[in-house]
Amino acid sequence: MFITDYIKDVFGAMKSLGTGLKRTLYYFTHHKEIITQQYPDNRATLVLPDRFKGEVVMPHDEKNEHRCTGCTACELACPNGTIKVVTKFDITPEGKKKKAIDKLVYHLELCTMCNLCIVACPSDAIKMAQTFEHSVFDRSQLTKVLNKPGSKIMEGVE
Amino acid sequence: MYERIITVLPVKKIKEKKQNITVWSFADISKTIDQWLNDWVGATWATVFEMVIAGVCVIGLFALLGLVLVIMERKVAAWIQIRLGPNRVGPKGMLQSLADTVKLLVKEGMTPDGADKFLFNLAPFIAMIVAMLLMAPIAFAKDFQMWDLNVGVLYISAVSSISVISILMAGWASNNKYSLLGAMRSGAQIVSYELSAGLSVLAIVVLTGSLSLTDIIQSQQNGWWIFKGHIPVIIAFITFIIAVTAETNRAPFDLAEAESELTAGFHTEYSGMKFALFFLAEYVNVFIVCAIGATLFLGGWMPFHIGSWEGFNHVMDYIPSSIWFFGKTFFLIFLIMWFRWTFPRLRIDQLLNLEWKYLLPISMINLLLVTVMAIMGWHF
Repeated sequence: MFITDYIKDVFGAMKSLGTGLKRTLYYFTHHKEIITQQYPDNRATLVLPDRFKGEVVMPHDEKNEHRCTGCTACELACPNGTIKVVTKFDITPEGKKKKAIDKLVYHLELCTMCNLCIVACPSDAIKMAQTFEHSVFDRSQLTKVLNKPGSKIMEGVE
Repeated sequence: MYERIITVLPVKKIKEKKQNITVWSFADISKTIDQWLNDWVGATWATVFEMVIAGVCVIGLFALLGLVLVIMERKVAAWIQIRLGPNRVGPKGMLQSLADTVKLLVKEGMTPDGADKFLFNLAPFIAMIVAMLLMAPIAFAKDFQMWDLNVGVLYISAVSSISVISILMAGWASNNKYSLLGAMRSGAQIVSYELSAGLSVLAIVVLTGSLSLTDIIQSQQNGWWIFKGHIPVIIAFITFIIAVTAETNRAPFDLAEAESELTAGFHTEYSGMKFALFFLAEYVNVFIVCAIGATLFLGGWMPFHIGSWEGFNHVMDYIPSSIWFFGKTFFLIFLIMWFRWTFPRLRIDQLLNLEWKYLLPISMINLLLVTVMAIMGWHF
């Protein structure tokens, strides 16, 4: 029936508009929901969301060990050549040669924080940090080596 | 003998109190000024001075409304979008719009080379003049009205449709395709939404039996029309609010200046104070349509009364009539701002569908209902 459809249309529209208005009125009256961070003012107490992606870092434990095996999966996953893995060969106590990283070079100035390297890493060696104040006076300071000097791979990570 | 005096005294006291309270009202101030001017310079010059004073007051009100409404809009928008809004200039950011105005005043008012210079420069003033003319019949407080003419509603609907000329003029004279497109859309929109706005206003005219705004306000002494008129008046109120939102070119009906499609529509080429005049005219128009809505449906400056609750009604009477008027108007302005920041923009076909397929038939049938109701006397 045309008329019933018409009336249904009108009431359906009113109902859906009302739903939208109710939501915005809730936000209008509940100022605790405000998500604006007044950044330079609240620098000391700034809380970033968990998923904020600032830069790629490689966590080290207290024995100066990391989890990177030097498999270059991150380098292959990177869409704009931000990561370069420089490998070397360690001699294990049994006298065998074993591939390990010499340096994991990370170009912060090229990075778009797309998270693909973190997804690609099979051993969870790298992750995204929440730092974001990256400005420096010299471009060369943005090229970073992620593994700390003298660090070696953690026991049991293959 | 003594008993009579005692019984009379309290009544006198209440009367005195009431007079004390009504001392602070716009009507008394204007009457005092009128009397003083008449004593001082005579009737003719008094009229001239009063006209000047009224003009200055209107311009002052314009500037004030522009500042207040812009900051209000930005705060409402921010809070609805879970932001903070302007909070740096002045206390809580309340001087932000003043700072913006100063910026616009010192900016260069450019006229493009290819533009029709006369029309281009004339258009913003027409927009302003229309908004100023619409101020005339509005009753801001009890007995405080610039021009109490007997066809106020007709005057408002006639003058408000001139505003489309300023928009078309601006769009045409800019010699810019976006401006022209925006202006054409705006023309189609205002012409079609005028109909349902007019029909929903007619509902109140039918109930009151008068086109004069003073009579309409007086008829709401025993209750506002939105309460007295049952469902048909509520429907008329809803169609009125939708239609005036479209007529003032505000979101969700802001096709004329859709910034994502037409950069800024008819005022793409305007800058500096000429742009500010359009901006101001938009906000003043919002104020005017809300004032008319408040006058027709919410009783203008009439205080809120509930039937026989004498105490409550007395308390309501103590609130000055101007505060009632501005309170109602700003409530409606908030409603329109709330719409703007909630709903997405309509396409032009959806816009015209809404008017011709929904609002117009509904308001026509509604007008019929209201007429039957008025004839049978079914309202309170």
